[in-house]
Amino acid sequence: MSSSETVVPRTLFEKIWDSHLVVSEPGAPALLYIDLHLVHEVTSPQAFAGLRKRGLSVRRPGRTVATVDHSIPTLQGAQADPLAAAQIAMLEKNAAEFGIRLFGAGSPSQGIVHVIGPELGFTQPGMTIVCGDSHTSTHGAFGALAFGIGTSEVEHVLASQCILQHRPRTAEVRIEGTLQPGVTAKDVILALLAKIGIGGGTGHVFEYTGSTVRAFSMEERMTLCNMSIEGGARAGMIAPDDTTFAYMAGRKHDPGQFDDAVRNWRLLRTDPGAHYDMTISLDVANLPPMVTFGTNPGMGIPVTANIPEPGMAKDAAGRASLEKALAYMGLRPGTPIAGQPVQHAFIGSCTNGRLSDLRMAASILRGRKVAAGVRLLVVPGSQHVKRQAEQEGLDHVFKEAGGEWREPGCSMCIAMNGDDVPAGEYAVSTSNRNFEGRQGKGSRTFLASPLTAAAAAVAGTIVDVRTFV
Amino acid sequence: MNGPARTLAHPSHGFTSVRSIIASLPMENIDTDQIIPARFLKITDKAGLGEHVFEDLRRAPDGSLRADFPLNRSDRAGAAILVAGDNFGCGSSREHAAWALSGAGIRVVVSTSFADIFRGNALKNGILPVVLPAAEVRRLAGLDRTTTAVTVDLKTQEVQWPDGRASFQIDPFARACLLEGVDELGYILAHDDAITAFEQRRKGAAGA
Repeated sequence: MSSSETVVPRTLFEKIWDSHLVVSEPGAPALLYIDLHLVHEVTSPQAFAGLRKRGLSVRRPGRTVATVDHSIPTLQGAQADPLAAAQIAMLEKNAAEFGIRLFGAGSPSQGIVHVIGPELGFTQPGMTIVCGDSHTSTHGAFGALAFGIGTSEVEHVLASQCILQHRPRTAEVRIEGTLQPGVTAKDVILALLAKIGIGGGTGHVFEYTGSTVRAFSMEERMTLCNMSIEGGARAGMIAPDDTTFAYMAGRKHDPGQFDDAVRNWRLLRTDPGAHYDMTISLDVANLPPMVTFGTNPGMGIPVTANIPEPGMAKDAAGRASLEKALAYMGLRPGTPIAGQPVQHAFIGSCTNGRLSDLRMAASILRGRKVAAGVRLLVVPGSQHVKRQAEQEGLDHVFKEAGGEWREPGCSMCIAMNGDDVPAGEYAVSTSNRNFEGRQGKGSRTFLASPLTAAAAAVAGTIVDVRTFV
Repeated sequence: MNGPARTLAHPSHGFTSVRSIIASLPMENIDTDQIIPARFLKITDKAGLGEHVFEDLRRAPDGSLRADFPLNRSDRAGAAILVAGDNFGCGSSREHAAWALSGAGIRVVVSTSFADIFRGNALKNGILPVVLPAAEVRRLAGLDRTTTAVTVDLKTQEVQWPDGRASFQIDPFARACLLEGVDELGYILAHDDAITAFEQRRKGAAGA
């Protein structure tokens, strides 16, 4: 390139977007090439049926990876109910017929799709990654452009390896400060969601920057990116760095010629002077542990705070929304969130079901007992995580504390696999959604970190974990 | 643009205009778990979801239909236009939400905003997401106790009611696909040569 040419500074998002453009015509969405397509049993059957109906094949089976996670039971030896079993069998049939690699029930690599993609090395910096699941944003932690799609789009990608997309806007989410002991990546994302609301990121791709993010491990970065969708963002991403490359090294499906790959990955960063459409700042130096009180992930407060008064809402719609949420949750405005009883504690999910999450929970539960009347479910995110945790003896810690140690899957996060919270009861959960009925019909959810969830299991109520550590 | 390919059309996905009474759900942030709870996702086809749309909102804990839920009211039978609060369709990517609405006869959802994934899923299933300013949304929601018919016209991009009208914006590509009843996969597959060329270019770059 001659020195007279002006190089327009680009964001990380723009670099990945530009390098995957197959067709870009005015008046139409761009045709974007997809490097990795993750598939699970719940959002794929109708897509495969569509292919079959049209006589189409899967264009790039090698870029497609399938597993079972949503409807598979986590109780060892349990049979899936007939509908779930049929769905799981359907994915096995589709994978065999269309030549797709499946980490199915019984595979030593089976697990939640957003846990196994990174741990097996399929997820790599600079990739475009899609899955029929909104938490695909998780993979953005590696500097990939990763987003959830509908089943029609699953069919599009299977058939063409491409997707039609309007170019989203970009937002820099700058997070600064060193976290206090007892405060985690989960508390950071809950604080961000409380600040921007669940529609605050609609139409945007978040790029997380700042000292807090740089200091995060890959697993903490995944927790952060995972819940980008809860702010309405299309995706969340973090520029890869030495932390990323150290995680990638030696993974089973890494790209080979690793040093060359790393050299290219280092170019995946936002250029100085590049423009974002929106900027959000968050200072987390004094952030307390966070917990949600309501029925969407943006309804979070510090564990030291009182449940908000609907009268404090900025408008009538906000007030109605708070009143409805508090009525569903059965909580009294103005009372402390700490001390609210829980009957269930769920540690797991694509948000917080990795080894570091289980270690955090175990650090609280070691030598302690779950309170009477509380059921603790610990569900590793994958078979790999399960084996590692067992090698460290974490399963014994959970069992000795009175908890259940389960097989990998989405479990109580989505409650379509036999694990759920009965109507009217309360769960403290490390998962990502506290929507009405999310953890079972009539279930009531407090979202929190693995540290806070473990502490609440011991206390029998929402509690400030800093009194434990 | 080449225009959407005319092959592989799904006539059922077409949309020109809808004329119907209004059903109103004046709640913000109606997520896709509320539109169709996860326990109904254990299916391998798209059938039967319509009868469970908004299941936990429309039924009491004992399973009986709540008389006060708008879509349960006999005077709302046949309503194809749903007016809802801000950020409709947030949360899960499940296209089952669009299938459930469509199965229940909903052809248009009017709100002040939609979540990204839901908007795309709706358009692919012949459901038109119409964004209007808050005042117009309130105005339309106010018609949910009346027999007033409202017309949503995709050609003119207008919502018309007896004493008023409001125009709405829609992505021109999605509009063309809906008006012509074309699904997007046909359009994508018409670019097969470009996809192959892209793959070969990348292979060359990787080998260099």
